[in-house]
Amino acid sequence: MTTTLDALVRCIAVLLVFLVLPLVIGQTEHKVMAHMQGRLGPMYAGGFHGWAQLVADGVKFAQKEDVVPSGADRKIFQLAPAVALLPYLLALVAIPLGPGDLLGQDLDAGLFFVLAVMGVGVLGSLMAGWASANKFSLLGGIRTAAQLMAYELPMLLAAASVAMAAGTVSLTGILGAFHWWWVPWQIVGGFVFFVSGLAELQRPPFDMPVADSEIIFGAYTEYTGLRFALFLLSEYAGILVVSALTAVLFLGGWHGPMADSLGWLWMLLKTFALAFLVIWIRVTYPRLREDQLMRFAWTVLIPLSLAQLALTGIVKVVIS
Amino acid sequence: MNLAVTALDSTRGFLSPSGAEIVFVLVGLAVLGAALLTVTTKQLVHAALWLVVALGGLAIEYLLLTAEFIAWVQVLIYVGAVVVLVLFGLMLTRAPIGVSPDADSGNRWIALGVALAAAATLVTLVVDAFRSTWIDLGTVAGSTKANGVTLFRYWVLPFEALSVLLLAALVGAIVLSRREKKEP
Repeated sequence: MTTTLDALVRCIAVLLVFLVLPLVIGQTEHKVMAHMQGRLGPMYAGGFHGWAQLVADGVKFAQKEDVVPSGADRKIFQLAPAVALLPYLLALVAIPLGPGDLLGQDLDAGLFFVLAVMGVGVLGSLMAGWASANKFSLLGGIRTAAQLMAYELPMLLAAASVAMAAGTVSLTGILGAFHWWWVPWQIVGGFVFFVSGLAELQRPPFDMPVADSEIIFGAYTEYTGLRFALFLLSEYAGILVVSALTAVLFLGGWHGPMADSLGWLWMLLKTFALAFLVIWIRVTYPRLREDQLMRFAWTVLIPLSLAQLALTGIVKVVIS
Repeated sequence: MNLAVTALDSTRGFLSPSGAEIVFVLVGLAVLGAALLTVTTKQLVHAALWLVVALGGLAIEYLLLTAEFIAWVQVLIYVGAVVVLVLFGLMLTRAPIGVSPDADSGNRWIALGVALAAAATLVTLVVDAFRSTWIDLGTVAGSTKANGVTLFRYWVLPFEALSVLLLAALVGAIVLSRREKKEP
């Protein structure tokens, strides 16, 4: 009975994190972007600095009519947002928040699990792009697929480097083996992983698949109301997962002063610092062109990640 | 290899299945159904998406056999990469919404024959090889560590041979896709 209760509590906790933190990141994005661009952002909803703006947006989305284009493939069109969103919920289950068993479920191959379900999430964009019966959506879908295939490889290689360093693919095991000097040792891998993560989320400067000045909103052009909101939420949940995963793999997750009692705080601080970086990059960098995007992945990130892999191997052999 | 195999365990019967075994059979039926839909649907993209269901179901079967690592690799490679590649190809070439006019091949009966023959061979082989041996899954036999040890201690040569094969395929693909430069 206690194990059932324990599992239930963990599920609810993960669900709460999934429902709250992406909204916090969304609100942070509103305000950070506004201040970086010399304006205020939402100020009225809820009173204090417009904190309730996202809640109001959610209510607005829920009221909108749910339109399915007449030429669209109805079932796939309607299923796509769920396919895009749910993998990030599943990924959160395996990411450790603090030392001990402060996580949803300790998986033996946690790293592979998280990367695998994140790859599934992109299927949602592809389904949306194809099923919308819209040229712009289809172009967005094709760009999404091309981008995913180019950036999945450096991401996996960078993650493999950490797994090699730790000698395990369990996320708790990797954190257990972490030492502070891993940060400089794996810094190149961390850069590759974070940038590939950005590309996988289609965040600027890698937002070619949703480039609004060319193809309106890519695969999500035809969506309205709640389904559109689910796509937006999946983007913020994706930022959370990529930031948390980068923090766990390359920045030591809950490691820090007084990690036994304050581990969760360190983890949250690192995650949000990375999420802030994601927003900062969005405000700062212009969009990469499609050929620049592909060239960057194949000629910069993949050689870098291979070099990191070689370095990890050499250091591992030397110190063992 | 290092599985705890007890031959002819008389306490295990087919008529008293455990919960996991029932789920295994049900998921297997779902995989079979999705696979049949993959080859019979008239809409090309639907076929690719049914393939996702079939491959995902297989991953669940691996999980039920406690082979966690293999299950996630299955999702990562097949669902995350192969199906994305298939969808990319379909979107780039022809994938109308609704029925694809050329989705039916004239070879369908031959294909059915080949599929049935292959299935019969494999089922006969597996049934004959294992018969009534009972593999105890209580100790996690499919963990990442067990897989790694088995792979790199007993199966190094096939592993390396496969990697050479893949390298050859990679080089071949590059050669095929390169255009000959015309002489000026």
